[in-house]
Formats: sequence, C-alpha cells, structure tokens
Amino acid sequence: MKVRILALPVLGVGVLASPAQAHLVTTGLGPFYDGIGHLAVSPTDLLALVALALLAGLGGPSRGRTMVATLPATWLVGGLVGLLATAEILLPLVIAIALLCLGVLVVVDAPVSRSMTMLVAAAAGLLFGGMNGSALAAAGSGPLGLVGIVAGATVGLFLLSAVAASARAPWQRIAMRVAGSWIAAIAILMVGWSFAGQLGLLLQAGQ
Amino acid sequence: MVTSPVSRGALTLLPCLAVLAWASPALGHVEGGQAAGLLSGLSHPVSGFDHILAMVAVGLWGAQLGAPALWLLPVAFPMAMAFGGMLALVGLPLPGVEVGIAASAVVLGAMVLSEARPRLSIALVLVGAFALFHGHAHGTELPGGQSGLAYSIGFVVATGCLHGVGIAIGLLHRWPRGRTALRLAGGLIAASGLLFLWRALS
Repeated sequence: MKVRILALPVLGVGVLASPAQAHLVTTGLGPFYDGIGHLAVSPTDLLALVALALLAGLGGPSRGRTMVATLPATWLVGGLVGLLATAEILLPLVIAIALLCLGVLVVVDAPVSRSMTMLVAAAAGLLFGGMNGSALAAAGSGPLGLVGIVAGATVGLFLLSAVAASARAPWQRIAMRVAGSWIAAIAILMVGWSFAGQLGLLLQAGQ
Repeated sequence: MVTSPVSRGALTLLPCLAVLAWASPALGHVEGGQAAGLLSGLSHPVSGFDHILAMVAVGLWGAQLGAPALWLLPVAFPMAMAFGGMLALVGLPLPGVEVGIAASAVVLGAMVLSEARPRLSIALVLVGAFALFHGHAHGTELPGGQSGLAYSIGFVVATGCLHGVGIAIGLLHRWPRGRTALRLAGGLIAASGLLFLWRALS
C-alpha cells in the first residue's frame, strides 16, 4: 500500500513533467556528436555556412582558403566566449541582418578582397560561435560539444566552398547567386518574424 | 507464483519508472515544429493556383527575355516577396492584396503572350511590385506551433523552384513552335488571372 502511495506522485511527475528545454540534439554518442547534431538541425547556422561557402567559392580558391583558415578559429573563439555566458544569448535580429548581408554579398557577386573575406569570416565566426557557446552553456554542455559544432562547420565549409570554387561555368555562378538571393529573402522574412505584430501594438499604443 | 511485498512494490514502480524514462525527452532545439514548418512552407506556394501561375510566368518571361533577365527576375522576385512578407509580419497593411495577386497573373501572362521586351529596369520593377503582393498574402500564413524560420525557408525555396519550372518550360523558346506554345501558355495564364481578378473584385 505504501509503495502504491509512493508510486502515484512518481507517476504524476512522469506524466506532467514539462519537456527539458535542452538546446542540444541528444545523439547518445556523447557531447562531440551532440555538437555535430546541433549544427545539423540549426537552420541559421547552416544558412550562414552555405552563404559563406558561396561567397568564398565566388571569390575563387584563394578566398576559399582564407575563409577556411579564418572561420573555424573564430567560431571556436566565439564559442568559448559564449560558454562563459550565464544565460543563452539569442539575437535573432542580428542573425537575420548578418544573413541578409551575406546573402546580398553573394547576389551581387561582390569582389571581396582577401582582408575583407577574413573580416567577414571572423565576424560571422564570432557571432555564430558565440550563440552556439551560450546555447551549450545553457544546456549544461561543455567545450566538447563546441568542438563538435566547430568540426562540423569546418567540414561543411570545406566541402561546400570546394564545390563552389570549382564551379566555372557561367550558369553555375548564376545558380550560386540565385541561392544567395534565397538566403537574403529568408533573412528578410526573419527580420519580419523578429518584429512580428509589433507595429500593430505600437499603433494601438499610440491611439 | 509467490510474490513478496517487496517484489510487488517493484512491479508497481516499474511502469512508473518507464514513464519517467520516456516522459521528457530532451528537445532537439528550443524552437519546435521545424519539420512541420518546413513542409508547410514548401507546400504553401504550390497549394494556390494564383501563386503557381505567377511564379511560372516569371520564369517564362525571363526565358523569353534571355540573359540577364533570365536570372535577374527570379533573383528579384523572392527578395521583393520576402519584403512583402516582412511588411505583413510587422503588421503593415497593403491595400488590394488579392487584386494585386490576380493582376500579377494577368499582366505577367500578357507579357508572355505578347513577348514584351521592356527595359530590364522596368521588368524588374514590375515583377518586384507584384512579388510584394504575393509575399504579403502568403508569406505569413504559418500554421500555429510551427517554426517561422523553417516555414520561410520552405516558402522561399518552393517559390524559387516554381521559377525554375517556368525557366525550364521556357527552354521551348529555342524552337519556333516552342515560342508559339509559350505565348499560348502566357495567354492561358492571363485568362486565368482575369478569372482570379473577377473573383477578387466580386
């Protein structure tokens, strides 16, 4: 009887427990693979990687090398800084604007110099790494998860930028620029989602 | 089978423990409904005939105009469409959205029918203006509980693919009979647009 009485609250807790708001995919293979999994299901990170790879590819192999050398290092640094954060840093508007800038750079096929490529890669790495790091900290995960994310981002960037840099035919460059326009369009909608319904509220408050 | 009170207790607790083990799986990400949002976004543009016709017409017209309009129009459209969606999201109204969407099919269809060759800037402004209406009407129709970002990705990608379909059909433009077929398709789009316009105004 005592056991049944004890079992009731246990069952209640089990049924009513709210889902854990973990920010990592639980692969069951450890934090490193959880980090890779996190990257794979983070659309903003993936969009940024694609945009950076396209930008690097449009600039040619030398820009690709600069991008590949800069981005992982800054992503790691940003992630380590983010790991020190006490709460998760969510900057949807900043992310949207960053993606918009990257998308527009790809669309206009901007002649980006090596130093500019380095600057863009560093800014993106610090921003996205910082967000990842803070998410890891909020989920109670450690640096190994971050290493997984950075490893995934590095491999992804290597592969995508190599494919993009090897594209020589005019139609391939056009396809990359069209993809850039899609990224920019998604970023514009992200800006909208950041402010969803707020203008209406402002107008109501003004009346 | 003889069971002791301890083992009976264990038997009672066992399902409880099982429930505890399965009750709260950690979410993959804080933003839920990503897969559903992506699927909604992908399916939304192809669920409305007015949207499909206008998107395909953009591709057809681009194919008739040739480079650089061939790819500049499909580049301009999603960005202007997203801007329209953003206006709707922040709560800025756009008058006559349904009329604008119907008019887009009429005008773009007429452009294909007549194989019109205006200046590139005019073609871009025309396509961009109509894209605003499409984005305003459709870009925000996110079902509840789904990810807005994933919906946006699906919506933009599906729209781009519809342009691709239009451009692929537009390859017929290389052959004389293909040109006639394209103009005929433009006429059908314009006629359908008139039907949408009549519905929007009635």
